[in-house]
Amino acid sequence: MSEPATTTVEVNGFPCRVWTKGSGPKLGVLAGFGGLPRWIPFLDELAKARTVIVPSLPGYPGGALGHTALDTHLDWLLAVRQLLDRAGLAGSDLLGASVGGSFAAEMAAVFPGTVRKLALIAPFGLFDEADPAADPWAQRRDNVPALMCADPKKWEALVAPPEGANSIEWPIEMVRAAEAAARAFWPLGNTRLEKRLPLIEAATLVLWGEADRVLPPSYAKKFATAINGAARTQTIPNAGHLAYLDQPEAVAKAVLDHLG
Amino acid sequence: MKLMWFHLMPYTELPDDFNKKHPSVWVDIHSSLFDPRRAHHMYNDFMDELEYAAECDFDAVCVNEHHSNGYGLMPSPNLIASSLARRTTDTALCVMGNSLALYNPPTRVAEEFAMIDCISGGRLIAGFPVGSPMDTCYAYGQNPSLLRERYYEAHDLVKRAWTEKDTFAFSGRFNQQRYVNIWPRPIQSDPHPPIWIPGGGSIETWRWCAEMDYVYCYLSYYGYKAGLATMQGFWKEMEKLGKDRNPYRAGFLQFVGVAESRQQALDLYTEPAEYFYGRCLHVDARFALPPGYTTEATQRAGIEGMMTKAANVANPATKAALKATNMKDIVDGGYVLIGSPDEVIEQIRHVGTSLNVGHLMLLLQYGNMSKDTTKYNTRLFAEKVMPHVKDLFSDWEDKWWPKPMAKGQRAAVPAFRPQTVAAE
Repeated sequence: MSEPATTTVEVNGFPCRVWTKGSGPKLGVLAGFGGLPRWIPFLDELAKARTVIVPSLPGYPGGALGHTALDTHLDWLLAVRQLLDRAGLAGSDLLGASVGGSFAAEMAAVFPGTVRKLALIAPFGLFDEADPAADPWAQRRDNVPALMCADPKKWEALVAPPEGANSIEWPIEMVRAAEAAARAFWPLGNTRLEKRLPLIEAATLVLWGEADRVLPPSYAKKFATAINGAARTQTIPNAGHLAYLDQPEAVAKAVLDHLG
Repeated sequence: MKLMWFHLMPYTELPDDFNKKHPSVWVDIHSSLFDPRRAHHMYNDFMDELEYAAECDFDAVCVNEHHSNGYGLMPSPNLIASSLARRTTDTALCVMGNSLALYNPPTRVAEEFAMIDCISGGRLIAGFPVGSPMDTCYAYGQNPSLLRERYYEAHDLVKRAWTEKDTFAFSGRFNQQRYVNIWPRPIQSDPHPPIWIPGGGSIETWRWCAEMDYVYCYLSYYGYKAGLATMQGFWKEMEKLGKDRNPYRAGFLQFVGVAESRQQALDLYTEPAEYFYGRCLHVDARFALPPGYTTEATQRAGIEGMMTKAANVANPATKAALKATNMKDIVDGGYVLIGSPDEVIEQIRHVGTSLNVGHLMLLLQYGNMSKDTTKYNTRLFAEKVMPHVKDLFSDWEDKWWPKPMAKGQRAAVPAFRPQTVAAE
């Protein structure tokens, strides 16, 4: 597994890391809860067919303290829009998962020219009182891995400090990722995205881990129904909320099949 | 030294098997455990106790704010304080306090505190806590990543609302008001009622208190031994900032149980203390650390171990380490000071001098302590302990104490005599 190229773009004066790998048409990836403290096999799968471009959202690993400048939902949307533009992703296909999935859907809705085809993996943004999402910010630490992934070890591997990591800053960065998610989605994950889903004209694939313990898989249908463009749902077996960690090959295949 | 009488207002009838059957005393404590008809008696007992403490000449009575909490029945301490404003005459009223970021608009706090100050003739101490994670982020749904920024902005707004003479527009990040002009205005207007800040052990809070010239209060339930390092850290920081060691810059909370003898104190206070440390502090760990609540600087300091041990104690994550629930450990740990009056005098003087705190907030009611026992504890402390500790720090001026109207100028509040009404 070769290393991706790393560049940096600025949003609101804060640096955001951009990873690039592969060849072919561009595919932007906005990661899910916890962000990407390290490169993951899923991105390699995508890079086999696409130029994968992975900008870090403000506050997530690689995204420094950019979240601290964002007070409102509009602030977030404008920051993500600038991030995509500066990463060279305007007009490209876009994949977003979890918290990143919510922003990917917003981009397609609010800035339709920004997104060609859209792929979403268990996006945040909705809340159904009759089928409530779990509270990812009120968990005992040892419960988090099994909440995020069907195989808890996948989450543990994502957040484990790599050799040579700064033992003080690494855990702070992991908390910061959860804070950045909270800053945009506290307390329910409900950004009233349902009001904007009908604005999405892009062809959309909605993927959901069958064993998602954060967001109920029933939400997939709500997304697909509300989106105006052609939208299809697909369930990933043996996958939790961060399905791309649990089943990198199956998720990548579903995404690449959709993008064509 | 100022001796202040603090009430948490704990629900006194949590079942014996509470910890086994219920995950948390806070946030999602079950409604079936709350009997409003019993709470009627609890509230009235608690208010009797506060009034009794005022009669016993404590310098202040203190109330505080909690939400969805089985050991704190005061979502609105202002309601209790306004009643106390009428039923006490000279005692300072310490509202410790209103969590500023929870009020929309925050000028509500400026107004209600001004009301209490007016009704009481200028006896208010205005406490401005950020508020615990359980109260603010979970029970009240505030965003932990924005809480402190909202808090500081609300503080600025409240202070301006108290001090600016003309109607003004406030254009903040989170609060926008075209016409800020509170009526009533506080009696204490030179420049405003004393502001006290209850906080954990973060250096940022210490620096802010120093900069604003506010009283810093460390309100831990774990007593003077666990609090020592935090207060030492506070004074070290004051020294660094060029501030004097005036002990009235600080407040500290301490549980006390005094009786004729140590054995009698153990007999009287073991059950309520074990009820408090056992049941009342049974908080689900999942509500301890919403991301963003603890600043990165404080996290960094905690991880680096650069701060002293007690700064970690201020961090809810490590509070779990302090979990003594039996009386021997509770007393050995210094959570509750117990003994005969002489023994308590010695311990209080030690707490005052070792922590250098001029404002000692005493919890003389805790857990399921009955009104009779609470009054006994209160009276014995007032009669046998207070006279022998009040002299501490007499060479320092308390610049952070309320300045009420002169006694002769204050309204005469008719005595409340329910028996007279009954006789009619």
